[in-house]
Amino acid sequence: MIFFYKLRIIQLEIDAEIGEAVLEKKRDFTLAGVRSQRIKEFLIERFFFVNGLLATLILLGIFSLLFAKGYPALRELGWKSFLFSAHWNPTSYEIPRYGILSLINSTLMVTLGALAFAVPLGVACAAFISEAAPPRIREILKPAVEVLAAIPSVVIGFLGIVLVNPVISTVFGISHGLNALNGSILLAVMALPTIISLSEDALKAVPKTYKEASYALGANRWQTIVRVSIPSALSGIIASIMLGMGRAIGETMTVLMATGNARALTFNFLDPIQTMTATIAIELGEVPYNTTHYYALFIIGFVLFLMTFLVNLVSDIILQKYQEVDR
Amino acid sequence: MKKKISEQLGFLVLTFSGIFVILILGVILFDVISKGIGVISWEFLTHPPREGMTKGGIFPALLGTFLVSVITVLFAVPLGMFAAIYLHEYARAGKLTRLIRLSIRNLSGVPSIVYGLFGVVIFVQTLNFGTSILSAGLTLGLLTLPWTVTACEEALKTVPKSYREGALALGATKWHSIRTNVLPYAIPGMLTGVILGLARAAGETAPILFTGAAFFLPHLPKSIFDQFMALPYHLYILATQHHAIDQVRPIAYGTALVLLALVFTLSLTAILVRYQYRKKMKG
Repeated sequence: MIFFYKLRIIQLEIDAEIGEAVLEKKRDFTLAGVRSQRIKEFLIERFFFVNGLLATLILLGIFSLLFAKGYPALRELGWKSFLFSAHWNPTSYEIPRYGILSLINSTLMVTLGALAFAVPLGVACAAFISEAAPPRIREILKPAVEVLAAIPSVVIGFLGIVLVNPVISTVFGISHGLNALNGSILLAVMALPTIISLSEDALKAVPKTYKEASYALGANRWQTIVRVSIPSALSGIIASIMLGMGRAIGETMTVLMATGNARALTFNFLDPIQTMTATIAIELGEVPYNTTHYYALFIIGFVLFLMTFLVNLVSDIILQKYQEVDR
Repeated sequence: MKKKISEQLGFLVLTFSGIFVILILGVILFDVISKGIGVISWEFLTHPPREGMTKGGIFPALLGTFLVSVITVLFAVPLGMFAAIYLHEYARAGKLTRLIRLSIRNLSGVPSIVYGLFGVVIFVQTLNFGTSILSAGLTLGLLTLPWTVTACEEALKTVPKSYREGALALGATKWHSIRTNVLPYAIPGMLTGVILGLARAAGETAPILFTGAAFFLPHLPKSIFDQFMALPYHLYILATQHHAIDQVRPIAYGTALVLLALVFTLSLTAILVRYQYRKKMKG
């Protein structure tokens, strides 16, 4: 009897609460009210939908705008004169030249140079963190990588001038150390955090059973890392390298400050070079708007955009694939 | 035996590479802090540069960076939050959603200088904001947008599904359940992402080169349509463009230190917010 009494009280309380809620919100349960509520919900969803589309619109916007602004120069000079000439000299009094070959070459040089440093070091460091490091060192190393990633590029570029520059000039006996090698070292430092943290994620995702099977067959830890863990995580590691590469291609301030900015076509890492990003950074501030030179800078931007887009897309496809395999 | 030696050698290489990475960070921090700390003083932080920037402080640059960051946040945070709400709460799996996600990931890989080009055409020229705090802030806002969306979505992911279902079961509409049962719990996580994005934006130089940053200004900006001095740009000028580079080197170090301190303080704040929030979610 008491039990039913209690139940009744609980029920009353619930009724009261619902009643209050209805009164408070003044929710309208008539047909018209429900309909207006539906419309409101629909509009809210549309509103968020438009915002969701924004990223795609911006990406398309950047793409089409770079092309539209670069197109006048392309039409005037022809795309061959851009891609197959190594002479970039838009301010020449006689014949202005708009060949971006040497600029592309410079960008590729510092990017590959950076990867030559950052890939072995980054992958080894990732393997160290995920497989070999004692917990205490791992606790230092992981935040250290995050801090490294947070350092602004202009500070890295500054250190390229004051720290790396004198070292290079003494070691190689040259007058100054602002060259492709300097840029490569700095870009390596900037690509390292990306490569380390994503490679580490990939290594961590390798199923434990793989390693256990390897140990059971008599392999030691080193053999397991080199022949089991790293090969199984390879797609993730490659994706991390591609992302690091994308970052290196698009980096502006460090190369602008530390590579010497000379436009000659060279393959020597001890020569000063000027990358595509640095060219835009130096010249956009000086050219009058809507001149051939101005449009030509957008062509550089367009090529740069395509390069990073491709690199990112490939890394994205690899990452998606390997995530699917994992699940 | 040979196996054993190769194992030890291999682990030595791994250990060395780990230590080397710590060393790189150590050298960077040591150099900037040891050479920059001597310049830092109250005067350095609160006074404008004097005598062709060879003396005085960096106050206008600090203020400029702050003002631009405000615009960046006001622009990027709402948009990023709305986009994240769409992606996580409303979007159904399908081609369009995949395309949006692909765009976000690719947008975060677009070079910062390309954002600069975009900003010049859209904000400076087309919308006629001129080279100003507003143009630069909006450009940086675009740059941080993909990070903000990702961070906000991560925060939404941490809210358990049962919170939404509970509200829906009581008859709440979808928006009502998001507003009352999802957002309040996701806000701290979103805040973390926003601060981290801000830390990155504050250190960016390339996008503001042509959208509003100025070499030197005798007056502080009066409105958001004025040009401004910014901390990272100031460092770039002092490091490469100044006529007496050796003379301003100490000031350049001081500026680098302040910039680093600013970025690290922001990152640390984000980490603390995240920590507090995780503790609360657990308890």
